[in-house]
Amino acid sequence: MSVPNLAAALARPGLIDDYVPIPGCFDEMRPAQGQVRPQWRYVLESLRTLGPAGIAERGREAARMFRDNGVTYNLNGDPQGMSRPWELDLLPLLIRSEEWAELERGLMQRAELFNQILLDLYGPRELINRGLLPAELIDGYREYLFPCHGLEVARRRPLVNYAADLTRMPDGAWRVISDRTQSPLGAGYALENRVVLSRVMPSLFRDSHVHRQAGFFRAMRRTMTRLSPGRDGHARVVVLNPGPQSEGYFEHAYLANYLGYTLVQGGDLSVRDGALWLRTLGRLERIDAMLRRIDGSACDPLELSEDSNLGVPGLVEAVRAGNLVVANALGSGVLEHPGLMAFLPEACRHLLGEELLLRDIATWWCGEPKARAFVLENLDILAIKQAGKPPGQRGVFPASLEPHAREALIASIQAAPHRFVAQERIKPSTAPVLIGQRLEPRPITLRTFLCAEDEGYTVLPGGLGRVALTDDALLVGNQLGGLGKDAWVLASEPERQESLLVSGENQSPTVIQENEVSSRVADNLFWIGRYAERAEGLVRLLRMIIFKLSERIDVDTVPPAQVYLRSLLEALTQQTQSFPGFLGEGAEERLRDPLPELLSLIADPRRLGGLPQTLQALGNAAYSVRERLSVDTWRIVSDIESRLGALTSNPPTQPSQALDELDPLVTSLVAFSGLTQENMTRNEGWHFLETGRRLERGAALTALLRSTLTPLAPEQDETTLIEAVLGVTDSIITYRRRYHVGTRVGALLDLVLQDEGNPRALAYQLVALERLVTEMPKGELAVGRSLTQKLVLKTLTRVRLAELDTLVQPDPQSHRRLVLEQFLEELEADLAAISDALTAQYFRHEEQPHSLLRRIGVVK
Amino acid sequence: MIRLRVSHLTRYDYTDAVSLCHSIVHLKPRQCPHQRCLSSTLRISPGPAVNREHEDFFSNRVNYFSIQQSHNVLEVTAVSEVEVSAPSLPEAAETPAWEVARDCLHQRRKPAMNAALVFTLASPLVPLNVAAREYAALSFTRGRPILEAADDFMARIFHEFAYDPQFSSISTPVAEVMAHRRGVCQDFAHLAIAGLRGLGLAARYVSGYLETLPPPGQVKLQGSDASHAWFSLLIPDLGWVDFDPTNNLIPGEQHITTAVGRDYQDVTPMRGIFYGGGAHDLTVAVDVNRVLE
Repeated sequence: MSVPNLAAALARPGLIDDYVPIPGCFDEMRPAQGQVRPQWRYVLESLRTLGPAGIAERGREAARMFRDNGVTYNLNGDPQGMSRPWELDLLPLLIRSEEWAELERGLMQRAELFNQILLDLYGPRELINRGLLPAELIDGYREYLFPCHGLEVARRRPLVNYAADLTRMPDGAWRVISDRTQSPLGAGYALENRVVLSRVMPSLFRDSHVHRQAGFFRAMRRTMTRLSPGRDGHARVVVLNPGPQSEGYFEHAYLANYLGYTLVQGGDLSVRDGALWLRTLGRLERIDAMLRRIDGSACDPLELSEDSNLGVPGLVEAVRAGNLVVANALGSGVLEHPGLMAFLPEACRHLLGEELLLRDIATWWCGEPKARAFVLENLDILAIKQAGKPPGQRGVFPASLEPHAREALIASIQAAPHRFVAQERIKPSTAPVLIGQRLEPRPITLRTFLCAEDEGYTVLPGGLGRVALTDDALLVGNQLGGLGKDAWVLASEPERQESLLVSGENQSPTVIQENEVSSRVADNLFWIGRYAERAEGLVRLLRMIIFKLSERIDVDTVPPAQVYLRSLLEALTQQTQSFPGFLGEGAEERLRDPLPELLSLIADPRRLGGLPQTLQALGNAAYSVRERLSVDTWRIVSDIESRLGALTSNPPTQPSQALDELDPLVTSLVAFSGLTQENMTRNEGWHFLETGRRLERGAALTALLRSTLTPLAPEQDETTLIEAVLGVTDSIITYRRRYHVGTRVGALLDLVLQDEGNPRALAYQLVALERLVTEMPKGELAVGRSLTQKLVLKTLTRVRLAELDTLVQPDPQSHRRLVLEQFLEELEADLAAISDALTAQYFRHEEQPHSLLRRIGVVK
Repeated sequence: MIRLRVSHLTRYDYTDAVSLCHSIVHLKPRQCPHQRCLSSTLRISPGPAVNREHEDFFSNRVNYFSIQQSHNVLEVTAVSEVEVSAPSLPEAAETPAWEVARDCLHQRRKPAMNAALVFTLASPLVPLNVAAREYAALSFTRGRPILEAADDFMARIFHEFAYDPQFSSISTPVAEVMAHRRGVCQDFAHLAIAGLRGLGLAARYVSGYLETLPPPGQVKLQGSDASHAWFSLLIPDLGWVDFDPTNNLIPGEQHITTAVGRDYQDVTPMRGIFYGGGAHDLTVAVDVNRVLE
């Protein structure tokens, strides 16, 4: 967001005079001749009042909010997609209330029409039988789902959510560019745009009397509840999505959270007894309704696309049996065939007995001989779209094709004409956007959103404005990337403040129900706990080593690789599992000059077990359950990610530099732990996160003690080592307060092994684990202690009963504390067994479904 | 009028236990102009938790069932009794030219014709293959009566393609069948449908059974019959007329129709998704017998 330039531009007198609309295009702010439209004056004036510095500040604030909230958009095929931040223009698109009301009527009629078309296509098919819609267009399109024909549709509402991409003709009339009926994406981004812009520009927003959006999302909740098969009006709804790698994952998670629904993937669900169930920890939870965020054809490998692993086998039957409502209904994607537009006016007259209010840009379906002839004669003034192509690859302009490509296109149209659609090349409307130093008119499209209500549809006031980065709005098409614009419908009356959480009316529950924790979510939370702890421990150890290393370099007289330093370096290799490191082949050489290996573990993203990979793993696990993390927690995750980015893109070369990077990381990681402690409700999810943390802390401590205390060291070295262990475990102050006389191994073990009151001690972790695993859900038939509980109890008892005096005894021959070594090795094995038992009990996903060999003897 | 009784057993033996299984079967014979289904039962072992029947897009009878108890063997037996009769067809030479049938379909005037347009389109297993169209065009010469052309087309497939159970896999692409001139009944049906649709005609896939008769003097072996497939062509005023290119005959009193669709995928006798199971063995046995009244 290059807002400082906007400020500079606004400060110049005559800014508006410099703004020259593109000839022949409708401009939202200013007609070709004449003054700025009245509704824009106040916004421009406010920006001017804000001044250059103020605007720059707001711009940074908005960017920071998007980053902190983790608002991203994942472009297909973009490996960096996950971290692509959402961008918003500070200038909203302004629409007058009266104008909006008219547009709304057109949109509502269109949604109603589409709903009726779906009912017909999956029912009597009159439109096809009467010749109003060509069979080729519908039946030849892969999103017409034959197995869904005849399915009962709850309250005759197959189309629950609908979105239309709009632009304006040069005369200002709105036109539809494309329709989204499958599972319209973008309402969540629109909401987030609004949240950010209204916070960044509070007074402008307040004074502009903008139509609010929360009512729309309340309607969504109401509708889902109403459509659900009747069970005490208490609908359990899931949001089915393809997972964290998908295009709109941010929005799936955001919406699920906002609506209070459980975010799930196909593997979390299972069909039994002809109904849909969510696999939660140790039990199945009946699901009434599903908001699907995957294509209909991918929803059920049994009856629909059998190579899909995103859906749930048997889902179609659950719908058929009336036990589940899916929104939008399976098969609704068929309406996204771009050729359908050519037949809407007729269909509207037939089904609704009305004229179509909101027109499409002129469309020709090549399956009709006359239309095809016209298209082939006028190729160069048209845009050609192909049905069924992946988003973003849909449209081409024959005029700009190389001759051979143009020929190839003509040949494909002639070979399979029903797959091709031509649309007029329009001059899309423009709105002011800052380009370089100037406010410039840029093509813009508006995605509008509708949701079914008891009667008819409700429209989200405004919508998601998108600035076309290329000059052609026709090709903005499906993907949401690029620059976003909030769209404000200016109310004549001030509106009440409303949000989903605090609702004045009794239309939706004031407290959103706790949603279920699936096995997959619990698994991820467990690993967040482990990775966060692992990262923190690793940073502490690295910091300690570099600190000791610097001391050594300063003195410069001591021989290299003293025993204490060696032990710490070995502990590092052990803890990161980054062999050979300081233990295996070439270790001696690395011990003489440990810095390169250290720096590599700190900053090299390719090092297995190194700091960057550990932080990345934490980020990935967090991303997979982002709807479970509070805004503040997510901010810390973003913060850790940006520090990670800085670390790997600009790796430290000196110990002091490394320390500068590591210090703030410890702070962030501690803050992360603190927030999960303080800001998460103590539900099942928290139990798993906490269990992961305790287990990891115990395992890391045990490994550290084994590396550092097992070999016998000269007294001076041993003192340094004990100090180091105390430093890494953050226990120095307690130790000094408690044991006045010097430092001894026995005292150390007392403090970090057996002290149940020291949050850094192993015994403390085990006591916590014992409580956690006791409180975890168990199967209804479970009797007595689970395996996990038994293992924790056994380990805790082993620690409690340990005789420290015996443990510290050295073996004179091997110069090692053999008893201690064996004791710690056994503890490590115990902790690993606990982790395995937990995984088997809670995270083991059901076996993968397979398809029966479908061929039955085919013989004459 | 002949009464036939068909029994179709499908058995899966799994190496590991299956914990959950969903299945969709097209095993109960549908009603057709020349076929009446008198009774049909489906026996599933182990007992399914859910077993429901519905009619699909093509008016076939479909059963969904799910087994929720752990099992190593799944056995599905469909036993049906049908009455079949041979269609009475006009003289082939007196039927209208095939182009008339084609144009009638595409005029978009008659609802019945519009409803049949779905069978003129490419479908998942039947792409519009040029070789198949050209092959069909040799029979569908200009102005030729449609029934005569279709008879000829069927006969050419019968004579010019080798029946070869080794060649065909679960679904051999039409192009491959064309290139190698061999396949099984399913492949011949698909190839014929591709050719006819290429010409703009409406053709559909028929799945069912064929009664086989033992060589004279021998006793019929149990389980020696099998599921079978052929194609059907829409002829205006006559309706759907079936052709069996594997045997070069118009199905009559030995064919039982189970289901019709765009291609095999719409009418797969049994498909399913199961959890667990490991490897599996499949056994199929079909018996078709005359029922004496």
